[in-house]
Amino acid sequence: MSGANVAFGVLAAVMAVSAIRVVTTKNVVHAALYLVLVLAGVAGIFILLAAEFLAIVQILVYIGAIVVLFLFGIMLTRAPIGRAPDLDNDQRAIGAVVAMFLFGVLGWILYDGFGDTQLQLRDVGRSGDVGASIFSTFVVPFEVISVLLLAALVGAVVIARRD
Amino acid sequence: MVLQNIWVIPAITASSFVLILLFGRRLPNKGAEFGLMALTMTFALASIGAAQWVGRPADLEVEPASTIKSAEAHDEEGGDEDHGNKSDKGHAGEGAKEHAGEGAKEHAEEQDEGGHGAEGTVAEAGEGDEDHGGGHEAEPIRRPVDRRWAWFQTGDVKVQAGTHADGLAMAMLFVVSLISLLVHVFSFSYMHGDERFTHYYAALSLFTTGMFVLVTASNTLQALFGWELMGLCSFMLIGHWWDRDGNKNSSAALKAFFTTRTGDVGLLVGISILFFAAGQTFDIETTNRAALTGQIGSGVLLAAAAALLVAVIGKSAQFPLHTWLPDAMAGPTPVSALIHAATMVVAGVYLVARLYGVFWVAFDIGGGGINPVAVVGAVTILIAAALAFVQADIKKVLAYSTVSQLGFMIMALGVGAWTAGIFHLFTHAFFKACLFLGAGSISHSGSHHSFDMVKDMGGLKDKMPWTFRTFLVATAALAGVPPLAGFWSKDEILLGAGKNGYGLFMVVGLIGAFMTAAYMTRCVYLTFFGEPRGAAAHHHPHESPPLIVVPLQVLAVLSVFAGLLNAPFFGELFGKWTSNSTVLGAGIAHHEFSLVAAALSIAVAFGGIATGYAYYWKGFRVGSLRHDRGPTGMLYRLLVRKYYLDDLYEGFIVRGIREPVARAAYWTNQKVIDAVVNGAGIAARGIARFVYEIIDQRGIDAAVNGAGIASSETGGLLRYIQTGRVQQYAALMLGAAGVFALALALL
Amino acid sequence: MYLMQFLVLAAFLFCVGVYGVLVRKNAVLVLMSIELILNSVNINLVALGVYRGYDQAIVGQVFSLFVIAVAAAEVGIGLAIVLLIYRNRASIDLSEVDLMKG
Repeated sequence: MSGANVAFGVLAAVMAVSAIRVVTTKNVVHAALYLVLVLAGVAGIFILLAAEFLAIVQILVYIGAIVVLFLFGIMLTRAPIGRAPDLDNDQRAIGAVVAMFLFGVLGWILYDGFGDTQLQLRDVGRSGDVGASIFSTFVVPFEVISVLLLAALVGAVVIARRD
Repeated sequence: MVLQNIWVIPAITASSFVLILLFGRRLPNKGAEFGLMALTMTFALASIGAAQWVGRPADLEVEPASTIKSAEAHDEEGGDEDHGNKSDKGHAGEGAKEHAGEGAKEHAEEQDEGGHGAEGTVAEAGEGDEDHGGGHEAEPIRRPVDRRWAWFQTGDVKVQAGTHADGLAMAMLFVVSLISLLVHVFSFSYMHGDERFTHYYAALSLFTTGMFVLVTASNTLQALFGWELMGLCSFMLIGHWWDRDGNKNSSAALKAFFTTRTGDVGLLVGISILFFAAGQTFDIETTNRAALTGQIGSGVLLAAAAALLVAVIGKSAQFPLHTWLPDAMAGPTPVSALIHAATMVVAGVYLVARLYGVFWVAFDIGGGGINPVAVVGAVTILIAAALAFVQADIKKVLAYSTVSQLGFMIMALGVGAWTAGIFHLFTHAFFKACLFLGAGSISHSGSHHSFDMVKDMGGLKDKMPWTFRTFLVATAALAGVPPLAGFWSKDEILLGAGKNGYGLFMVVGLIGAFMTAAYMTRCVYLTFFGEPRGAAAHHHPHESPPLIVVPLQVLAVLSVFAGLLNAPFFGELFGKWTSNSTVLGAGIAHHEFSLVAAALSIAVAFGGIATGYAYYWKGFRVGSLRHDRGPTGMLYRLLVRKYYLDDLYEGFIVRGIREPVARAAYWTNQKVIDAVVNGAGIAARGIARFVYEIIDQRGIDAAVNGAGIASSETGGLLRYIQTGRVQQYAALMLGAAGVFALALALL
Repeated sequence: MYLMQFLVLAAFLFCVGVYGVLVRKNAVLVLMSIELILNSVNINLVALGVYRGYDQAIVGQVFSLFVIAVAAAEVGIGLAIVLLIYRNRASIDLSEVDLMKG
């Protein structure tokens, strides 16, 4: 087993456990903190996949901004900070069945399609190339995204302000 | 060295703007101290910079010349004697050493382009040989001081911000900072007690910043930034008293903004074209060089120059977009002085002077005959000068006078008299600022805030002696009385037009000069002579306080002496100082002072003054124009209505677009839609009756009732699934998606 | 490394996210679960990009960046809506939000 595989195993285990804790914990704040672990794990996966720029963006945007936003959301909605018994609704069984069914289907399809495909990492993804790609090939989507963010900004202000 | 750091100058006024906004209201003088301090500093810096520029060794050869060797020797001498008082010798030596190494390499380059530029001018040089004493054209010029910073990079395009200090920029910096400083001082008394005093000073600072940015810009993008900054500030300042006189002031501000904006579209287009044409660069020097060396195709260049000309017409209030400038008189008078003398309107002239290579090649200015730039200038000179005759408002006379003088500058650039054009800009700034501030002084202390010469002025000569004297000096300078400033610059323009093969434009210029002298005589008569009328008679006019009079005196002195800078017997220093590689690269002909031309322009100026004198002082009149039904009366009415241009813009274009659209929409609404709706209604009623009587009553009822019962039952069953809880729907949806995926995979 | 392992991890995160979306009552927790789903998509994009070669790896990363930007916008709007619901109903219990009940 190579170092990369070991790293993947550790990351995957941490992420799996944390992800399950995010959706099962009785404490809202703990859920947000477990989410941090999952997101950091995703950043680690990105590094394994030689996408360093993306890993840094993942940490900056997700852990730095979005999780903080969640914590603000928790505080502003006065969610129970400690343990709360009724964070789940009454369809836990249905949810579990649907989720497991989906995982089964997806896993089987993936195994069918990519069962023994090896990944060859020939080159580290240079962030310069990512930038060049954004500002040449994908410049229109990029601009659309910027308009989307602006619209989201304005929309969030309009929705959330008190009249 | 100031020249390398001229970015400091806009930075100072910009920080003054911020400081005034932040702290202005809490200070004893409401923020004016920041403005005054900043402008004093910038004026000092601009003066030092100008002195350093003058003291800079002239060691840049642009044309392939036989005198490369002697340049250095000449330079050393210059350091010792001519410029000894302005720069120390050590500096001159240092400068020479500094450039010694790179000199050889750059000479090669410069010669290269000089060779290209000279192609088009060989013939011309031949024509005008007797004027410029053969071969002395290749006089070395001062090397511009460039400073560049990486600004941003997209893809392969690197854009640099930077400053470009050369004679033109330094002359402009000097004028702008001086006029702005005097306007700040003047405003301190003039605007005293105004409710938006702080905002006024903040806007003045930002306005000056805009002009500084434009003047020091090394690339068109920066220039655009300053240009737009001025557009915004002119809007704020013209509309400063937006809450007075109904919506007159705010609509004047809007008009100024929209009209110049119409032109700004041209600037954007022009800059974009030039960016791609000059090899993806905004750099002004590179663009000029590319244009002069023929790297840009003539069609592209023509399109770019035409677009830029539209911008110039809008900003510099040239015909036919000049209508905003007289309306801009709604702003406070010092603002008018600033707009008319140093900033805003001269920005257009400056743009042409800066991108002269583009205009020169695109419109073949060197070729003589006729070209759009000169035509626009010439038309503007005449129509604006004619309009100035019928104005009763002293500021409007001055406004039309500015439009006319801007026409002179644009025409000068259009006929290839580059130095003359910017020299006129330089001198005009002093006497026009003096005239505007004089008008402000009159309204402040003489006519009880009225600007109406016919109703509220007259006989102020003895009541306001200093205002009268300075106004008279500035008027004489504007009219072109030798040896005052306006004479030298105007004479040079006329000379250039005549010598460069633009004879028609020289005639236009002479007529314009005649009219200028005449309408200014009228203005002086109505304001200072005759019997006091209206407010001037009833409100005890008195001389203005020193803060108002001193700027007038300073400007009057400059109006007298500024012209000597480029006078022939002082070695035409201004031309040498401002000369740059674009001008030399284009091979613009230089003309010696001609006594005949000077005599002609003197005669014209005095003829104009004499006509005005005869008309007003001696009562020599043809009859009352106002009530004349003949052609002169028609001309009078045409002028009073400003050639019906405003009626054309507002009545014809704006209303012409708005009303037909509204009417068409109304007609469509009434005729088409109503008819369709009514027709549909009638038809529907007929059908309905048929359906009701025959089908519904007999056959359908039973079927409907049965269906109703059935669906009610089914709905009752489905109602249990319809819980309104999104997560159940999501569970169903995702489960279904899983099933669907499985189905696809299995198939 | 197999491509499979990344894809299965992503699929697992996706399904856990789906479970969270279906089961959680607290609206903020539902939004967190949606983040899990979006992250699984990002892993997929990057992994499949690497599988397709260097150029496509870059494209995959660019798309992941876009997804991150959209996720940021989504969280912003989502939390604004949650705040609005909270203000109007003094609760963000999604099982009580059933205006669509027939």
